[in-house]
Amino acid sequence: MIKVTIDNIEVEVEEGSTILEAARKIGGKVVPPTMCYYSKLRDTGGKCRTCLVKVAKGSAKDPRPMPKLVVACSTPAQDGMVVENTLSQEVIEARKGVVEFLLTNHPLECPICDQAGECDLQDLSYGFGEGESRYEEERRRFGYNDIGPYIKINNERCILCYRCVYLSAQLTDKRLLGVLFRGDYAEISTYINAAVENDFSGNVIDVCPVGALTDRSSRFKSRVWFTKPYDAHRDCPKCAGKVVLWAKGDEVIRITARKDEFGEVEDFICNECRFEKKQVSDWVIDGPRHIKRQSVISLNHYETINKLKETPPKD
Amino acid sequence: MGIKILTEHIDNPELKKFEVYRKTGGYTAVEKALKTMSPDGVMEEVKKSGLRGRGGAGFPTGMKWSFLDRKSEKPHYLVCNADEGEPGTFKDRYLLERNPHALIEGIILSGYALGVEDAYIYLRGEFFYILQILEKAIAEAYEKGFLGKNILGSGYSLNLYCHPGAGAYICGEETALLESLEGKRGNPRLKPPFPAVSGLYNCPTVINNVETLATIPWIVNHGGDQYAQIGVGRSTGTKLISASGHIKNPGVYELEMGFPVEEFIYSDQYCGGMKNGKPLKAVVAGGSSVPILPAGLILKTANGEPRNISYESLAEGGFETGTMLGSGGFIVMDESTCIVRNLYNFTRFYRHESCGQCSPCREGTSWMEKILYRIENGEGRMHDIDLLVDISNNIEGKTICPLGDAAAWPVASAIRHFRDEFVEHVNRKGCWFD
Ligand SMILES: Cc1cc2nc3c(=O)[nH]c(=O)nc-3n(C[C@H](O)[C@H](O)[C@H](O)COP(=O)(O)O)c2cc1C
Ligand code: SF4
Ligand code: FES
Repeated sequence: MIKVTIDNIEVEVEEGSTILEAARKIGGKVVPPTMCYYSKLRDTGGKCRTCLVKVAKGSAKDPRPMPKLVVACSTPAQDGMVVENTLSQEVIEARKGVVEFLLTNHPLECPICDQAGECDLQDLSYGFGEGESRYEEERRRFGYNDIGPYIKINNERCILCYRCVYLSAQLTDKRLLGVLFRGDYAEISTYINAAVENDFSGNVIDVCPVGALTDRSSRFKSRVWFTKPYDAHRDCPKCAGKVVLWAKGDEVIRITARKDEFGEVEDFICNECRFEKKQVSDWVIDGPRHIKRQSVISLNHYETINKLKETPPKD
Repeated sequence: MGIKILTEHIDNPELKKFEVYRKTGGYTAVEKALKTMSPDGVMEEVKKSGLRGRGGAGFPTGMKWSFLDRKSEKPHYLVCNADEGEPGTFKDRYLLERNPHALIEGIILSGYALGVEDAYIYLRGEFFYILQILEKAIAEAYEKGFLGKNILGSGYSLNLYCHPGAGAYICGEETALLESLEGKRGNPRLKPPFPAVSGLYNCPTVINNVETLATIPWIVNHGGDQYAQIGVGRSTGTKLISASGHIKNPGVYELEMGFPVEEFIYSDQYCGGMKNGKPLKAVVAGGSSVPILPAGLILKTANGEPRNISYESLAEGGFETGTMLGSGGFIVMDESTCIVRNLYNFTRFYRHESCGQCSPCREGTSWMEKILYRIENGEGRMHDIDLLVDISNNIEGKTICPLGDAAAWPVASAIRHFRDEFVEHVNRKGCWFD
C-alpha cells in the first residue's frame, strides 16, 4: 500500500493505483471530474483533460513537483505524493479552459436534448463554466448519420471521449464504432455507416457523457426529471438483468443500466433488456432508485417533485 | 566551409549507390563495430559524443538508448523517424534522397548497440519517390551482406523494413508513429509508459530521427570524444539547417554548432543575405513550432550577445526573448511579410493536423484559426488579440502530445513580439501587405 495526499486528505491505496483512484477512495469534492475515463473500459482516459491536477510533491523518494499539470485518470500515484485538485488555482484555471473548449462547438440545444438533466457536460459547466461564451465563431456541423434503429447519433454534441469506441471494441464481438477524420473534423461513425447490430451495442448510450448517443426508443418522450427511476431486475439469459426503469405514471419510458456515484455503469445490460422490455410486467421492481449526482436530476429529484409543482419558476 | 559529417560527398549524384558510398569510406564503421567493438562499446561512444536528437526535442541520444529496457525478454525494436513534416524543415529529405546508405549504416550500428533484430524506417507518405530510393539501397545492403542474417560473419542479424505513412504530420510524433506502424489510427499515446519500456507492439523501442542515426557512423569511426570536440558546450557536432524564405540561397546547410546566426544569414556561402534587398523582419529558427523572433532578437540576445546556431544560444532568454533550435527549419522573413497572415497559415496547418483526441488542441487550434482568419480579413475585434493569447495559454502544457504546444507557441510569440501589427489589422479592418 502507498500513501497519497489529495487536497490535504491522506489516503492509502494499492501500489499502481492512479491519482483518480486515490481521489475516488476519498470521495466527495476532491474527486476530479472525468469526461473520458471509464474504469470499466480499458485504455480510456487522458483525452478530455478535465481531470488535470497539480502534483506538488512527486513522491517521498523524489519530492520535486511535476512541471506540468497531469491527468489524474492516467497518472500513477506514488508513495508520499501530494496532489492538489480544488486547492490549486492553476488547476481551477486549467479546468475552466478545458470546459470552455468543450463548449465552444457544443450546440446550445439542451432544451431539445434527451441527455439534459443527466449530462456530464451540463454538470461540468455548472461547476466551471462562465456565464457567457467567448466563442463567437460558427459552430461545427456534421452530415446526417444513421446508425440503425436503436441508437441515435448526433456528432455535433460529441466531445470525442472515445468511450463508445472502446466499448464497442471491448464489449461487443465486432468493432462497431470508430473515429473518422482528424482534429475538429473528427467524428464517431460506424465504419461506413453499418448499423450497430449487436446484443450489447446499446451500452454506448449509457457511457456517452453527453447527448451524442441517445436511445431512439425513448427519444423525445420525456424530460429526464419528469420520470421516476426504479431499480428493477429480470432473469435475463444474456446479461445480469439489473436495470433502472424510468417511468412516467405507469408507463416505462426508458431503461438504462444502473450507474454508481461516479456516473459509471455497474453492470452492462443487453439490448433486449434495454429496448424490448418496456412493460412493467417484464420486471421485478426492487424500489425507487436514489440518483447521486449534482445535476438537475438530483436537484429536481422525483422525491421532491410535488414540492416543485407548488413553487413555479419565476419568469 | 567547416567540418562536414553528413554532407561531405553529398554533391555526388551517385552517392546513393552502394559502391560509390563504399568508396567514400561507407560501411567501414559497421566493419569496425561488428569486428572490434561490443554493443556496449558502441553505446559508450554515442554517450561520449554528446549527440542530441535531431528530430526537434534535442534529447541526448546515448541517454535515450540507455533507457531501453534491456532486461525485457520481448524483442527490442529500433524505429527511424523519417516522417519529416514540420513546415520549414526539409533536411531529412535531403539526406534520404542523396545519402540513404549513411542512414542504413547508422541503423545497423544503432541496432547492434541496442540488441535489435528488426528495425523500421517510417517514411513520410508524400516522399513516395524516396521509398524507391530507400528500398533500392536496402536491397543493395542485403545483397552485400550488411543486412540480414549473420552480418559480416559476426553473428549479428538485422532486418530493415521501410514503411510509408499516409500523409499525417501527427504520425511524426513518436507514439502516433508507433500506432500507425502497427496499422492503427495515428493517435499519440499517453505517456508513461515510454517507448523505451513499451513501444512498438508493447515491446521496448528506440525511436530516432534520420539525421541523428545518420551521424552514428562518423561517431563510431572517429570516436565519441572527437565528435564532442566539434561544436559548442552541450551542443556538440554539426546540425543540418534547412533555410527558406526571403534569402538569396535557400537550401540545406551543414553547420558546426555554434555558428553565428548573422553570418549564416548574410554570408554568400550560406543564405547569401536578403533576396530583394529588403531588411530582415523576423525569423522562425527551428521549424514552424518554435517561437518567432524579430530581427533584433534573432541576431543578438536581449543581453546583446551575438546568437549562434546551438540549443543553448537560441534558447537564451527563454520564451520571453528567445526561441528553440527545434528541427533546424530556418524560415527568414523580410519587411514585406505579414506576421498575421504567416501566423494564420501556421495555425491552419496545426488545426488541420491535430489528431483531435484531446479537447484543448482539437478545439483550441480551430478556434485560433478562425479568429486569425477574421483578423487578417478585416473582421477582427480588439479583444480577439488577448483572447488568442488566452487560448494559447489554455492549450500549452495541457495536451497529450506536444502538437498542442507547437500550435500555441507561434501564436503567443507572434503577439508578444508583433502586437502592434495585430492591433493595426483590427484598426485598418484588414491586411495592407500584398
Ligand atoms: C507533432 C509532432 C511531429 C513530429 N514530427 C517529427 C518528424 O517528422 N521527424 C522526427 O524525427 N521527429 C518528429 N517529432 C519528434 C518525435 O516525437 C521524436 O521526439 C523524435 O523522432 C525522436 O528522435 P531524436 O531523439 O533522434 O530527435 C515530432 C513531434 C511532434 C510532437
Ligand atoms: S495535442 Fe493535438 S495532436 Fe496531440 S494528442 Fe492532443 S489532439 Fe492529438
Ligand atoms: S478523464 Fe482524465 S483526461 Fe478525461
